[in-house]
Amino acid sequence: MAVVAQPTLEKPTVKKGRHENTLTRVSRYFVVRLLTLFVTVVISIYLTIMIANMGGHVDLIMKNEIRERVTGSIAGNPAFVKMEPEVRQKLIAERIAAEEERIGLNIPIAVRNFRYLSNALTLQLGRAINMTSDSGSKQVRLILLERLPATLLLMGISQLFLFFSSVFLALNLSRRYGNFWDKLVVALSPTSAVPPWFYGIFLILIFAALFRVLPFGGMVDSPPPSNPIDYSLSLLKHLILPAVALILSSIFLSIYNYRTFFLIYSSEDYVEMAKAKGLPSRDVERRYILRPTLPNIITNFALLIITLWSGALFTETVFLWPGLGRTLYQAIGLYDIPIIVGSTIIYAYLLAITVFLLDFIYALVDPRVKVGGRSVA
Amino acid sequence: MNSLKSSFKNLLYYPSAILGILVVFLLVFTAVYAMVKIPYNEAIRLWRGGEDVWYQNPKFAPPAWINFFSSKKYAESFAVRTSDETMTKEVTPGAEGTSTMSVSYTFDFSYDYYPQDLILYFTSTYTEKQPFISVEWLRPDGEKIRIVNTALSKRQTYRFSQDAKLKTKLKTDDVIQALFSDPETGKLVRGQYQLLITGATFEPDSDINAEFVFHGQVYGLAGTDHARRDLVVPLLWGAPVALAFGLIASLGTSVLTMVIAAVGTWYGGWVDELIQRITEINLVLPFLSILIMIGTFYSRSIWVILGATIVLSIFTGAIKVYRSIFVQVKESAYIEAARAYGASGSRIVFLYLIPRMIPLLIPGLVSSIPAFVFLEASLALLGLGDPVLPTWGKIIQDANANGALYRGYYYWILEPATLLMVTGLGFAMLGFALDRIFNPKLRDV
Repeated sequence: MAVVAQPTLEKPTVKKGRHENTLTRVSRYFVVRLLTLFVTVVISIYLTIMIANMGGHVDLIMKNEIRERVTGSIAGNPAFVKMEPEVRQKLIAERIAAEEERIGLNIPIAVRNFRYLSNALTLQLGRAINMTSDSGSKQVRLILLERLPATLLLMGISQLFLFFSSVFLALNLSRRYGNFWDKLVVALSPTSAVPPWFYGIFLILIFAALFRVLPFGGMVDSPPPSNPIDYSLSLLKHLILPAVALILSSIFLSIYNYRTFFLIYSSEDYVEMAKAKGLPSRDVERRYILRPTLPNIITNFALLIITLWSGALFTETVFLWPGLGRTLYQAIGLYDIPIIVGSTIIYAYLLAITVFLLDFIYALVDPRVKVGGRSVA
Repeated sequence: MNSLKSSFKNLLYYPSAILGILVVFLLVFTAVYAMVKIPYNEAIRLWRGGEDVWYQNPKFAPPAWINFFSSKKYAESFAVRTSDETMTKEVTPGAEGTSTMSVSYTFDFSYDYYPQDLILYFTSTYTEKQPFISVEWLRPDGEKIRIVNTALSKRQTYRFSQDAKLKTKLKTDDVIQALFSDPETGKLVRGQYQLLITGATFEPDSDINAEFVFHGQVYGLAGTDHARRDLVVPLLWGAPVALAFGLIASLGTSVLTMVIAAVGTWYGGWVDELIQRITEINLVLPFLSILIMIGTFYSRSIWVILGATIVLSIFTGAIKVYRSIFVQVKESAYIEAARAYGASGSRIVFLYLIPRMIPLLIPGLVSSIPAFVFLEASLALLGLGDPVLPTWGKIIQDANANGALYRGYYYWILEPATLLMVTGLGFAMLGFALDRIFNPKLRDV
């Protein structure tokens, strides 16, 4: 486990080991990471299904699915059209029973959960009870995948902005450490204890309710503008408040953490050495301070993103942002079990993908992976 | 232990720590006050009681103190009964067991906004013949308006604003506005208003009692919500609930994490390996979604959610931090000595390893409290709050569901939000200062 495994201030120890090709070492690292991550995802989804099925909730999804299919096939079959309604009902009931037997709804729960696991892994999440996708489908997979881009847009923009701006500001602060701005950021860092949706409420209050300059929520104006330029402008206008809420809730702590990393590394002997050599301060900063700190920063950022993934759920709810989180919120209100279970599974996948992507970036910046190949767990 | 004490003394050098301690003390005080002043059962009754408990309060009323900040004054709510001294009730006996009575109540109305509603609740006792009443309204200019004449059943409610007859009589849609304004100019009239109720009973033991409820625009210290509930109750009771949830969750999580990390490091081998693997799995387990699943499918009780929160928060990044430190401590000389005299594994873990880590545990514990306090509020926002307990999060959820921000009921969200914010920041600031004191690495930077 490379990424989130080492949140401590461990310094990279460069070991010159076997002389292998860097490419093979890096690719072997990724294959191993991918495999372990896959096993982790499988286990975590199995746990999700187990928790959901303790009260037979996944069984219910399957039963609904069977009923829908059997009723549909009998109603659509011309051979059964002239049947008496009672006889047809009996036939349906018989077929449902046979189908349930075939699917295995009467085998032990632990085994049954394994069957659901393979369904879940391939995203066969069943059919929603009440909710439909915008295209009219009742497939849970379609409903959720339709909402995914909105979530990715919001999270992607705010996270990228958060990362680059806080690294940039932290570098600036560490250069003039102890001045007013530095002290201000240190003093403000406890504000990150407050979650984004909470800032959201205040932002809505100020910018939407009092000043009426930005919309209360939603993703585009209603009706959506047909012109693509107007559409993106309207999208941007709606994006500002939720993105600011997400950024505001973590930026001060991030800057504080990164700044602390920079300060610790800038007191190293080799930095003094580089300065004594007369290297320009920009080079010292980039090559001798930023470079060795990056693995730590990425680890820190990874932990942040993982908490934000689920935190976005509330932000979306407060801002009526039509993403995954808001879908989950609606599903809770409608008691739509398949959607609730399905979105938990999608979130597990998203977390795994995040971990993998960050691992990838980590490998790019961490010399240990390239040189020693040691940190392959 | 002495070093621990001196570390705590260091706290006083940090202004943010002092502020944090102050907030924590205030919170504890509020929590104790709430539990003493409004016992649990009473709080639940006031929070979930139903229309019988809240009928005296206006709907969506901001707190009364906003009048201090506003040049135009909002009407304050009140309620009086015939048994109160301020309401005069005179009974004159008549022939054959009948009697007439007159009830009057005079009040001063010196506000700039109309009240929400006026309501009369009558209770009467009789065996066969229903008593009869007529209600009149006397304005400061001396004009008398006949409101209603009716026979009374045992319990009867009369709402001024809902009376269609009165509407046609006053030629208006808004009865309340008409009652409080000059019929010619339509402007609000201030001064002494009088409510007159004349009643007639036709049996010897028959009696009439009335309660006059005046729903103003503002109410009490904290205002009311959509169900006419006084917000003071959930605001006060939110403190003990938030404190209990935050403290138990963070204490449970930190202590269990540390014990498990210590056991894993000490025994090593497959135990350690297992703990590491569980941590990795827990990392991709969507924490909030699972809490939501538990909340929707099984139980919304705060204790179930608390238990699930603790279980899911044990195997996180913190376990790796503790582990990396325990690995170093394990090699130190005093552990070697303990092993040499034959100390058992559990003795070493609980008496030698864990106490070494307490300085590290304390800041982490305090800093993680806000996250749990806000977690409870966040779940309540989704409608997964405890169904019985009044909490800050539930006020925010009610307000959000009723479009408080959109409709301008800012007090409704701002009150619980401010309390949550102050609580969160208080613990965060204290934890932050503790972190700097106990982690010398951070002290210089």
